[in-house]
Amino acid sequence: MKKAYQKIYTKLEGITKATVSLRAPGVSNDELAVVAGRLAQVVRIKGDMVTLQIFSGTEGIPTNAEVTFLGEPPTLKVSDQLSGRFFDAYGHPIDGGPEIEGEERQIGGPSVNPYKRRQPSELIPTGIAGIDLNNTLVSGQKIPFFANPDQPYNQVMADVALRADVDKIILGGMGLSNDDYLFFRHSFEAAGALDKIICFINTTENPPVERLLVPDMALTAAEYFAVDKNEKVLVLLTDMTLYADALSIVSNRMDQIPSKDSMPGSLYSDLAKIYEKAVQLPTDGSITIIAVTTLNDGDITHAIPDNTGYITEGQLFLRADSDTGKVIIDPFRSLSRLKQRVQGKKTREDHSQVMNASVRLYADAQNAKTKLENGFDLSDYDHRCLDYAKDYARELLAIDVNISIEQMLDTAWKLFGKYFTPAETGIKQAFIDKYWVK
Amino acid sequence: MKTKGIVTGIVSNLVTVKVDGPVAENEICYIDLQGVKMMAEVIKVNGDNASVQVFESTRGLKGGDTVEFEGRMLEIQLGPGLLSSVYDGLQNNLATMENVFLQRGEYTDPLDREKKWDFTPLAKAGDRVVAADWLGEVKEGWLPHKIMVPFSFEGEYTVKSVKEAGAYTVDTEIAVLENQQGEEVKVTMVQKWPVKVAIKGYKEKPRPNRIMETGVRVIDTLNPIAEGGTGFIPGPFGCGKTVLQHAIAKQGDADVIVMAACGERANEVVEIFTEFPELIDPHTGRHLMERTTIICNTSNMPVAAREASVYTAMTICEYYRAMGLKCLLLADSTSRWAQALREMSNRMEELPGADAFPVDLSSIISNFYSRAGMVVLNNGQTGAVTFIGTVSPAGGNLKEPVTESTKKAARCFYALEQNRADQKRYPAVGPLDSYSKYLEYPEIIEYLDKTVEKGWVNKVLKAKNIIRKGKESAEQINILGDDGVPMSYHVNFWKSELVDFVILQQDAFDAIDALCPIERQRFMLDMVLNICDKDYEFEDFEKCREFFKNLINELRQMNYSAYESEQFWAYNESVKKMIA
Repeated sequence: MKKAYQKIYTKLEGITKATVSLRAPGVSNDELAVVAGRLAQVVRIKGDMVTLQIFSGTEGIPTNAEVTFLGEPPTLKVSDQLSGRFFDAYGHPIDGGPEIEGEERQIGGPSVNPYKRRQPSELIPTGIAGIDLNNTLVSGQKIPFFANPDQPYNQVMADVALRADVDKIILGGMGLSNDDYLFFRHSFEAAGALDKIICFINTTENPPVERLLVPDMALTAAEYFAVDKNEKVLVLLTDMTLYADALSIVSNRMDQIPSKDSMPGSLYSDLAKIYEKAVQLPTDGSITIIAVTTLNDGDITHAIPDNTGYITEGQLFLRADSDTGKVIIDPFRSLSRLKQRVQGKKTREDHSQVMNASVRLYADAQNAKTKLENGFDLSDYDHRCLDYAKDYARELLAIDVNISIEQMLDTAWKLFGKYFTPAETGIKQAFIDKYWVK
Repeated sequence: MKTKGIVTGIVSNLVTVKVDGPVAENEICYIDLQGVKMMAEVIKVNGDNASVQVFESTRGLKGGDTVEFEGRMLEIQLGPGLLSSVYDGLQNNLATMENVFLQRGEYTDPLDREKKWDFTPLAKAGDRVVAADWLGEVKEGWLPHKIMVPFSFEGEYTVKSVKEAGAYTVDTEIAVLENQQGEEVKVTMVQKWPVKVAIKGYKEKPRPNRIMETGVRVIDTLNPIAEGGTGFIPGPFGCGKTVLQHAIAKQGDADVIVMAACGERANEVVEIFTEFPELIDPHTGRHLMERTTIICNTSNMPVAAREASVYTAMTICEYYRAMGLKCLLLADSTSRWAQALREMSNRMEELPGADAFPVDLSSIISNFYSRAGMVVLNNGQTGAVTFIGTVSPAGGNLKEPVTESTKKAARCFYALEQNRADQKRYPAVGPLDSYSKYLEYPEIIEYLDKTVEKGWVNKVLKAKNIIRKGKESAEQINILGDDGVPMSYHVNFWKSELVDFVILQQDAFDAIDALCPIERQRFMLDMVLNICDKDYEFEDFEKCREFFKNLINELRQMNYSAYESEQFWAYNESVKKMIA
C-alpha cells in the first residue's frame, strides 16, 4: 500500500465536516490518502485541486495537517485466514487476533459479465413459512428485510443465516449498536458456526462515513470465497438505510444537488453496485445477499426502500400482527422474485397454487376485518375468513415457525379443509382431488 | 488530424478534458489510463474544455492523462448476425468476452467476421438506387436479411455490379455503386450508423392500422397495442412489470424482438438467455432466440452506457424495419435511463428541473418514442417498430417526471396497480386507468371488425363499463354495508368480479393460460358478456356471492384447459347449465 517515495502536503485549502481539499497534482481518482493520520479517499479532481473524503470525519483537522497519498484505492487482503475473524470497516482485526496474510485486492472491483452468470435455481430453506412457503429464497438472490427499527430483524436474519446450508456467512454491520454486534457474535458462537463466519463491523460508536467501506469489504471477501474457492457464500448487510444516510452526508458536503428525500441522485446506482454482487457462478460458487433496510413507520415510498425494491429480487416485510400478537412476514408486501425458479420444481407440485390461494383468502379476511371495523354485519364467509386468518398467521406467517416445506403445504391444506369449500379456494381441480383434507 | 486533449477534472464518471482542436457534441473519444483505452462521449463543451461521460469506471484516472477524439458519434455496426446476440449498451458482444468479470477497455466485435452467409442478389447492374434500397439478401435464421444501400448514402446511385449468389463473409464486397459524380463506392454486408440519429430511408410513416397480438388478454382485448405503436408500463416494484414484459417478448407477434435491459437486474437477463433458446415461437415454431437480440446494460454496469443502450436497441430495430420486418422493442426500464441523465446533469452542476431531473427530459423521451412507427418503404412494402417501455416511478407515485413525460409520448398506458398486485390479481394492469388510444382509431376499429368480430370495440367498451359499474357498487357496499344496498349492487359487483377473474387475470406461469390467442379471447369475452347481459334474482347477497363464485371457478378452469378440448367443452356445458 505504501509508495517508495511519498510527497507530504501540508496546506489544506478547504475543510467541511466530511471532506478536505488541497492542491496536489498527479493524484489519481479513488486513491487513498492519509490526512493527519486519518484514512481518506479522493472523490473529486478539478485541475490541481483534489477533494478528499475523510472516513472518520474532520473534527480537529487543522489547515496545516500532513497529507500523504497512497497511490491505490482501498484494498483487503484475502486468504482462508479470513474465516472466523472480526474486522473493522478498514479490514483491520478487532478480535485481538493477528493481521491477515494474503493477496491484496482492491475493493469495489468490476462486475461479473452477465453472460457468464448462471440462472439461480437452488432453494435455500429457512424453516420460516412466511419465507419458504410464500417467498422462497434461492441461492444467488439478493433480498432485504423491510422492517421498522423496533422489529427483531437482526434476530430473524441470524436465524435464517444459521439454518441456511452455506459454506461461509459474511456479516457487514453498518451503524450496528454494540448490543446487536454482541448478539450476532454470541449467536454465531452458540451455534458453533464461528469457523464459517467473517464479520466487518462498523458500530454506532464509529464515524458514519466509515460505513461506506463495509459492503465492499464484505463483498470482496465474498468474491474470494465464491469465485476462487467455489463456495456458497451468504452475505448479511445490516442496516443499509444507515449506509445510504452516510452516502447522503458525503454528497451533501460536496454540494451535490439532492434528489428525492435529500438522497444523492446516484443512490440507485450506488445501491445496485452492492446488491448486484449477488451471483450464481457457472462453477458452483454463489453469493447470496440478505440485507436489512429499516423503514420510517412502514413507509416504503421513501427513496431508500423504494430504490432498494427496484434493485433487489423482492423484499421480506416484517409486521406486528395484532390478531396473534406475533411478528409476521407480511404476505401482501413481501415478495421473492426468484420463487418461481424453485416452487413446484424443487418443492411439491401444488406449492404455487397453495401459496396463492392462502394469500388470497387472507386478503378476503382483511376485507372482512374492514367491514367489521366499519360496523357492518359479517356474512358466514367473512367469519370463516377471519377464523382462518388467525390460524394462518399463527401457524404459518409468524417468524417463530420452524417446519419443513412439506409440512407447510400440509398445514395450508388442513386450514383450507377446515374453513372453506374447494371452489372457494379456486385451486386447480387436479390438486383438489389429490390433496384436499376433509 | 485527430483532436487531442488532457484530463483536467474528474468527478465519478464525468471527466473534463482540455482540448487542442475542434470537438463535436456527442463525439466519441478514448481516454488513455495506463495503456487501457476507455471510451467516453462529449456531452458539453465550454471554450477549450469538453465535459465527457466515461462508459467505464474512472478509478485510477489522473489529471494530465491523455485523450484522443475520434471525429464520429457513438455508432454501431449493422449486418447479418445481430439476431440471437447478447450485447452491452455499446454493442460489445458479451458472449465472446473471456473473463468472468467485465474488464475496463475490453471491446469485442459485435459481428462474426468468419461466418459465411448464403447471399442472393436482388438488384442488378444498371438499377438506380437510393439509401435503404435492397441490393441482396442472406438468410439469418429463418428471416430474409436484406443487404441495403447504406443509410448514410445521399442522392441517387447506379448499380455497377452485384456479386453473384454464393456464401460470403460480412466484410465481402457485395456490390459496387456509382454516384452522380461518377465515383465508385463499394458496399459490404456491414454498415455503421450513429445510434442517436433516427434511420430514415422510407417513403412515409402512416398511422398504424392493425394490432400486434401478445396473447395477453388485458392487452389484446382491453387495451390493444398497434403494430408500429407505442406503449408504456409504469408500476411500483413487485407489481409484475418484468413478468408482463417477458410474456410480451415470448408471445408478441413480431419477426424481430430487441430487448433492452437498461439498468435492471442481471438475473432477469440471465433468465432471458437461459430460457429463450429453449422456448418455441408460437407463431413460427422456431426457437425464440433466433429472432431476439438482447442489449444488456444491467444496473451495476457503467451508468453512461445505460443511455446508449436504449439508442443501440432502437437503431437495431430501425435497421430490421427497413427490411420490411415487424420489430418489437422492449426497454426495461426507461426510468433508469432517465436517472443516468439525472446523474450526469447533476455532476455538471446544471440547474435541475422537477425531482432534480434535467429540464429537457420530456423532449428527450418524446423524441425517442417518435422513432417507433409503421413505415412504407421505397418499394411499397411495410415495416414496423412497436415500442413498449417500462417506467419505475419513485415510490409508485405516477405524478413524477418520467411517468408524466412518457404519458405525453406513448399511445398505450398499462398502469400496474399496487392493490391488484397485493391481491395477487395478475397481470396487475389496472382496468380503468389503463388505456389504448388505438381503440379510437377508425382504421383499427375497422381492422378489429374484420379480423376479430363485427362490433368488437363496442364489446370491449362494454366490458370496461361493467368493471366501472362494479367498482361504483363496491364503493357503495363498503359505505352502506351488505344489507344497506339493493340486490342489484351486489349483482353489478359480482359481474365485474367475473370479468376481472376470467378476462383480466391470467396465469403467466400456467402452460395453457399464459398464451391466449385472439380467437380464444373473442370466445371468452363473448361468453362473459352473455352471462353479464342476463338479469339474476337472488334471495340474499350470500346466494349471489355463492352463485358467482362457483361460476368464476368453472370459467377459470376453462382458462386452464386446452382450447376446444373435451375438458374445455365440459366446463362450458356446466357454465351453460348454471346460468340457464
